[in-house]
Amino acid sequence: MADALHTLSAAELGRRLAAGTLTSRALCEALITRYKALNETVGAFTHLDQADVLAQADASDARRKAGQGRGPLEGIPVAIKDNIAVKGQPLTCSSKMLASLVSPYDSHVAERLCAVGAILYGRLNMDEFAMGSSTENSALRKTFNPWDLARIPGGSSGGSAAALAAGLVPLSLGSDTGGSIRQPASHCGVVGLKPTYGLISRFGLVAFASSLDQIGPMARSIEDCELLLNALASADARDMTCFGPSDRALTPSGDAKKLRIGIPKGFLGKGVAAEVAAAVNAAVEFYRAQGCAISEVELPSADLAVPTYYVVATAEASSNLGRYDGVRYGHRSTSAGTPVEMMTASRSEGFGPEVKRRILLGTFVLSAGYADAYYVRALRARAKIRSEYLAALAGVDVLLTPTVPTPAFKVGEKASDPLQLYLEDIFTIPANLAGLPALSVPCGKSGHLPVGFHLVGAPLSEAKLLAAGRLFEAAHGFAHQQAAL
Amino acid sequence: MSTPPSDWEVVIGLEVHVQLHTRAKVFASSPWGFGKEPNEQVDPVVLGLPGTLPVVNREAVEKSILFGLVVGASVPEHCSWDRKNYFYPDNPKNYQLTQKDFPVVVGGQVEIELPGASRNVMGEHKFIRIHHAHLEEDVGKLSHAGSGSLVDYNRAGVPLLEIVTEPDLRSSAEAEAFLRSLVAMLTQAGVADCDMEKGQLRCDCNVSIRRRGVEKLGTRTETKNLNSISSVRDTVIYETARQVRELEAGRSITQETRGWNAELGRGYVLRDKEDAHDYRYFPDPDIPTLKISRETVARLGKLVPENLYDRQRRYVDKLGLPYTAASVLVNARALAEWFELAVAAHPTNPSGIANLVANDLLRDLAASAGNAGPLADSAAAPVSLSSCLIKPAQLAGLVKLTDDGVISKQQAKEVFTEMFKSGQDAAAIVDAKGLRQNSDTGELEKIVQEVIADPAVAKSIAEYRAGNEKAINALKGPIMKRTQGKANPVLIDQLLRKFLA
Repeated sequence: MADALHTLSAAELGRRLAAGTLTSRALCEALITRYKALNETVGAFTHLDQADVLAQADASDARRKAGQGRGPLEGIPVAIKDNIAVKGQPLTCSSKMLASLVSPYDSHVAERLCAVGAILYGRLNMDEFAMGSSTENSALRKTFNPWDLARIPGGSSGGSAAALAAGLVPLSLGSDTGGSIRQPASHCGVVGLKPTYGLISRFGLVAFASSLDQIGPMARSIEDCELLLNALASADARDMTCFGPSDRALTPSGDAKKLRIGIPKGFLGKGVAAEVAAAVNAAVEFYRAQGCAISEVELPSADLAVPTYYVVATAEASSNLGRYDGVRYGHRSTSAGTPVEMMTASRSEGFGPEVKRRILLGTFVLSAGYADAYYVRALRARAKIRSEYLAALAGVDVLLTPTVPTPAFKVGEKASDPLQLYLEDIFTIPANLAGLPALSVPCGKSGHLPVGFHLVGAPLSEAKLLAAGRLFEAAHGFAHQQAAL
Repeated sequence: MSTPPSDWEVVIGLEVHVQLHTRAKVFASSPWGFGKEPNEQVDPVVLGLPGTLPVVNREAVEKSILFGLVVGASVPEHCSWDRKNYFYPDNPKNYQLTQKDFPVVVGGQVEIELPGASRNVMGEHKFIRIHHAHLEEDVGKLSHAGSGSLVDYNRAGVPLLEIVTEPDLRSSAEAEAFLRSLVAMLTQAGVADCDMEKGQLRCDCNVSIRRRGVEKLGTRTETKNLNSISSVRDTVIYETARQVRELEAGRSITQETRGWNAELGRGYVLRDKEDAHDYRYFPDPDIPTLKISRETVARLGKLVPENLYDRQRRYVDKLGLPYTAASVLVNARALAEWFELAVAAHPTNPSGIANLVANDLLRDLAASAGNAGPLADSAAAPVSLSSCLIKPAQLAGLVKLTDDGVISKQQAKEVFTEMFKSGQDAAAIVDAKGLRQNSDTGELEKIVQEVIADPAVAKSIAEYRAGNEKAINALKGPIMKRTQGKANPVLIDQLLRKFLA
């Protein structure tokens, strides 16, 4: 039944492809049909080269026919956030600055996806340079939450989450610097994993804050998320911070019912909406009933996480985004005088307001006379947060909180209040600061809007997080959920 | 004039930027070299394309460590990189990866030799301390053409070792001697080629002056981007005179960054302290702290060549070479090692070998290469011994033939010229040309006695016996004539004195 293909999981699609009851071409054609019908409404994709997709699909079908299939993702489309390089495809970061850029090279993850036979399926909208929590900062288009088109999908990987929730693609890649995979996953009712820092190569991921950025898999089920994770994690000499695949992270762990779950003290009080708190508490009770040991843990420096993040992330961003100057590629101002004037004008014209705000903040916190008070202090706070998290995770296997304090808000509702928007990431930021793996799992609804809970584990405990997620998923109806469109 | 007026003392510190001799760039796999078309030697990493990341080139780090070992520095357990942020079109990422807090080389010293009273006299030796050396990336080149600007990123990302001295230099001559010594050490260890014509060595020169006897340093100026040793020398002279003039006129020195116009021989202000950049340094998050293993240090330690001046002292003290020859030979490692191979083949007369190598061999090599002067710039064009047809053992053979009296020193020159052209053994040339000296005492005694008996030389004999030593030479011509010039001149002299005594 070709018209139902968009509802199937990647795992199921893979089984049908393997059984010969489905071709990658048929699958891609069905998804392209759906894309044509829905993308204007949802706005998840910024670019889809249909001819290229079908050519990849035909190549995959030919490989399979020749007995040269490359594994469970052979022929399965994976959509990619527009800050991850794919050779010959746009790499806009949803910015006017890079609107015309076509990447001349492949990211490591793009190479990995090719290596496992996946179809590189289109470019997904995002907040400009991954800065934002609503995808409203995209300079290219708006993306809407498929569960309520008046609301934001979350961000910055809003396109990645919305595409899944709208059934436009079975798998997607996001990137996560302070919650950019997990927050939109929670708002769109899908699964999103931010791996341990260093598990997946950042080569080809356009840097926002290098010490925090990680690429991660997004899917409509834990099983699919794991499939994609396994394809992405591999050694890469082009990223010195990547340590390559880890058996510990990827080998399915033991009995999830024996997991020790820590609940950080006070986290459910902090401006958490009542329905969100109720859904997360129900998840805690589920685990308790399954036999998991539930305990409260102290994370006294947790309040420092948001301010620390906005110093560290903006400092790195101010430097990382220095290269966009109109000299070699990207937007170049035509009001140019001297080269330096041209660079200044190009940056003024090419960047949106949130990006400029963060560059200015980052430039300030690194400047002479202020670096000690801001940047150096933030590094100390970061080290403290990390050591507190590691200490807590010595006593429990995972920490459980809401992913986001409140459900998806209305488009434009917080656009004028960046500080309020920054609090969207209050629960997700510490995992980035500490380099820890973290997973958002759908766990209920607030009205018609999805809610997720958030698991954080020790470095390389991805398998434990996924096992915990699978246990919950198996007993609830949130896997494979899609908005009715 | 290289010395400041006597009551002022100049204090100089140098920052020397040296392009390391590596195959690939310092954070990218792109190769680099001279004379390529613009933007031919770039890749996504060099161009700073979005999403690219630096990877430290092991070879560049090892060359840096090797430099540290050459100057006796301590090699730290760890080093790391920082970002230096500034906007300029030649800087592909608008930050430069450099080492601010944890450089790859800490400390060390460079021995220098000041010019002696004459070419034949060794000058004063001094040690100049190295503060540290850090490994960073070079930038591209911006040029202005017509109404626009052009940028070439071939040079961007070339490994650059910045060697920072303590303010230990006290004259332009010392600065010059330091740079020559540094270049010799870098080239001899294979760390860098230091070809100044190709911009492989550039210098920032910090100059201040103070009254003699005063310890406190004066306000310094920094003259940037000097691309030759002579520019450094001229800058020190110029800047010293300018600062003396300012202070003696009752004005003060402004801490400023200056440039140097080599054509006009004049410095100029680039920017003053108020305009100084805020580089917003912070640790580069893309490059983890690098651990330098002691095994690596030990392995590299074996590559450290003998120090230039240790070698020079050994040549003079142990081998008995004249200072002049020793100082020429040690300038190029290949030449010194060539010389030592020859000495090994004929150990009894190092000076004789040194004389031929330092004079005849270098002269002929330079002439055949079309060079103006041998070793005029040992860094740029070390005299190519690889193309030399004479092998060290062959040269030793020539010296041995002379030492054994088989040929005269005069004949040796002739044989050398032939060897240089053909690469044949000295003995073969001597035989082929029939140059072998006649040292047959019996035969020569007979000839000497016949010449003495010739009335034509009676007058000379009388003069010699009357005490005119030189008169004896008049008898040597006829003897040589009778032996077709092959008579051993030393033997003839002995025989003449014996028979005329």
